[in-house]
Amino acid sequence: MMKRSKSLAALLSLAFILSACSSGADDQAGSNAQAQEGALAAYDETKAGGTLRLVAKGAAGTLDPQINYTLQFWQLYQAAYDGLLAFRKVDGPKSFEVVPDLAEALPEISNDGKTLTFTLRSGIKFSDGRDVTVADVKASFERIFKVSSPTAGGFYNGIVGADKCLATPATCKLDEGIVVDAATNKIVMNLTAADATIKYKLALPHATILPADAPSKDAGTTPIPGTGAYAFASYDPNNELKMVRNKHFVEWNRESQPAGYPDEIIYSFGLTAEAQVNAIKNDQADWMLDSIPADRLAELGTNNADQINVHTLTAMWYLPMNNNIAPFNNVKARQAVNYALDRNAMVKIFGGDQLASPACTFLPPGFPGHADFCQYTKGADTNSPATAWAEPDLEKAKALVKESGTFGQKVGIVVQDDDVNKQMGEYIQSVLNQIGYKATLKPISSNIQFTYIQNTNNKVQISLSQWYQDFPAAMDFSYILLGCESFTPGSDSSINMSGYCNKEINKRMIAAMELAVTDEAAANKEWGAIDKAIMDEAPVAVLFTPKLVDFLSKRVKNYNFSKQFYMLVSQLQVK
Amino acid sequence: MTDREPAVQIRSESPGQIARATLAHDRRTWIASVLLLFIVLLTLAAPLYATYISKTDPFISSINGTTVIDGKEVLVLQQSTEGLGIGVNPIGPNWRIGPYALGADNQGRDVAARLLYGGTNTLLIGFTAGFLTITIGTLLGIIAGYSGKFVDSFISRILDVIWAFPVYLLSISLSVVLLTSGFKWGPISLEAGSLYLPILIIGLVYVPYVARPIRGQVIALREREFVKAAIGSGAKNRQIIFREILPNVFPSVIVFIPMMVALAMLTESALSFLSIGVQPPDASWGTIIKDGLGLLYTRPLVALMPGLLIVVTAVSLNLLGDAVRDALDPKARMRGAL
Repeated sequence: MMKRSKSLAALLSLAFILSACSSGADDQAGSNAQAQEGALAAYDETKAGGTLRLVAKGAAGTLDPQINYTLQFWQLYQAAYDGLLAFRKVDGPKSFEVVPDLAEALPEISNDGKTLTFTLRSGIKFSDGRDVTVADVKASFERIFKVSSPTAGGFYNGIVGADKCLATPATCKLDEGIVVDAATNKIVMNLTAADATIKYKLALPHATILPADAPSKDAGTTPIPGTGAYAFASYDPNNELKMVRNKHFVEWNRESQPAGYPDEIIYSFGLTAEAQVNAIKNDQADWMLDSIPADRLAELGTNNADQINVHTLTAMWYLPMNNNIAPFNNVKARQAVNYALDRNAMVKIFGGDQLASPACTFLPPGFPGHADFCQYTKGADTNSPATAWAEPDLEKAKALVKESGTFGQKVGIVVQDDDVNKQMGEYIQSVLNQIGYKATLKPISSNIQFTYIQNTNNKVQISLSQWYQDFPAAMDFSYILLGCESFTPGSDSSINMSGYCNKEINKRMIAAMELAVTDEAAANKEWGAIDKAIMDEAPVAVLFTPKLVDFLSKRVKNYNFSKQFYMLVSQLQVK
Repeated sequence: MTDREPAVQIRSESPGQIARATLAHDRRTWIASVLLLFIVLLTLAAPLYATYISKTDPFISSINGTTVIDGKEVLVLQQSTEGLGIGVNPIGPNWRIGPYALGADNQGRDVAARLLYGGTNTLLIGFTAGFLTITIGTLLGIIAGYSGKFVDSFISRILDVIWAFPVYLLSISLSVVLLTSGFKWGPISLEAGSLYLPILIIGLVYVPYVARPIRGQVIALREREFVKAAIGSGAKNRQIIFREILPNVFPSVIVFIPMMVALAMLTESALSFLSIGVQPPDASWGTIIKDGLGLLYTRPLVALMPGLLIVVTAVSLNLLGDAVRDALDPKARMRGAL
């Protein structure tokens, strides 16, 4: 996942081995963070009411929950739509766990894992007053293919009949894949092969249950009725998005779809990050989506500390280097970059050591499979790595560049065009120039940079990118970003931006994924060893582990942070 | 000795001499010239300043760098220690001759040193592009105006096409395209980050602003008696242009110079501010303003100083342009007074 927007490639990265990860002991919460980690407090009706005002620079495209692929709207869908299953809506690491939502319980698994049987809860209504039926469930799964959902081929292709639906989406029928019985409310999902990850796929917004007559095309700005505590009332991408209470909502499982507090949620678009900060400070808005501008951090951290919530993320900022074109088709050149970069400097650009930590390994600290090692710090090398990054080694980097025979070559650095990314880019350019390259900076619109750097036709040599975990599983990083199967030359969806493909290591990664089904601990140990083997070849330079800052207005209370979908919007109290 | 009274000695001065004398007694000229000279000398001293006073390389990031202020070693970028301890601020100005006199930018570079280097680029581009505009504009204006018929029509239509685009829109469009792919035309090849690109772009987009008035002037001159006399006496076109036309349009060309340099400098700053002019790590006043934009709340001087220098330089150039115009065409001043 890139920043706060997901992409097809990013979601293809979903890993399905859930395990508790670091709770982020160093997280900081303002006074409006009153959540109890692991569970939501009992609903307090006296706190219900008011209008919650969210602000962002821009909208996130279509409102269709089976098509939209941004965390910006996925965050809202948590309060508006439901699937058969859902991620637990709580504060802290338990938010990675899957619980039954529209299904009465987690599925009964039979037929060697190829059949899942659910029972649909009775009495649940869509926001337009109609009952949710098993026919809606079947139609919703067919709609995933009819609207060509971005994850249709990646996540739901294991349903029997999905292959035909992918070939001819318009006439998609899953008569054998989704068998429903209206009399018993049973739903039987047949898969072509056992899939240990299917329950997580069913908890994603693309598997939302919608009315059977929902349009078989992108609904665009027209809201589709849902079952959540809120319903979308109107949406103008150039102005605002409005959510109101779903009159037909009755809380059935507080862990999957808790009743919300505000009467209305209004999401306004078009404000710059500076304007968003000012709006919150002046009590004209309650929460901002975009990152706080660097020059406001110190001021807000001092004067508005009780309104700031900082959360550790299992994520990384890193530099994919194109392993297939000069100069980074030379391992020494890639290692030189790793040695030269001062991670502390980049942490500073990001906002300081309270907002990021230097990193060296591909798997972030606290992540399953993470092992403490760093080959690319002063005094260490691939044979005798240190345990953590300490300081850059420019001299060694310069020597490696000379040894590699790439000294003096031109290098283009592609970054996003926002302030922080450009500053990072300028720093990287400075470092590359110092070690002997002729570096140029190419800032590209944030909207296209992520796909641009994936396409080999653009001949990107080195780029700055971010990866935010979808699930706490090593494969979500290592295999997705550096697996041979993730490298598709000439495609905008080639998430292995480095073009790194070591067949031996790839085999080890596939074996580790298989091992995880039966022995997660052993698999994670192997992922740690794989990480070391990968970083010995330095296909990328890992920079730092970032944190997320939420800035809220003074009147907002009851802040809960889900590790999966971040702040739980519906649980904020503004009364 | 004769019985005739000695003739009164009439002092005869050419228009050029009159102009020079007028300029010499014009206060605006002096103020503008001194300011300009001061700024130019200051920017030319950039390498000396960086080497001997700031003792930093203004083109290398120094995010974890330190400097000594009041005998104490301090970090150039300082982590906030108050409240939540989030955010990092560059050190502010210390107003002393030495390192970081005007503070640091968000890359930990000495703002004063970058201002001087930036000024070199801004002025270089401003003057070069300005002269390029004047040269091409004058040439095209004279050729179109003197030749008439098809040649005039052809050149005028090209100028009309350029004129039809708003200057900044055209500059931005050209910059975006050329910054991506560079410029290749026959043996001429400019790399994407080359300083020559903004010079070329700015130099070209303003050509109609010079060429059209010159053309109009030449058309009027072509009908004057002295030109017709030259044609009648069998003078060649080249002789007529260089001996009769050019000297008469020259005052206008001179008046254009400071104006076009100021315009070119402002356009360069605008393009660099938009990241499509001078490319990092090179600096210009426009790029420094852009760098300072993210520091407006904490270190406003980073953006204000280059802005101030741009204003002072542009005003000086305009003052000089007005003074030159008034000196070469006193009637214009009278018209202005009326």
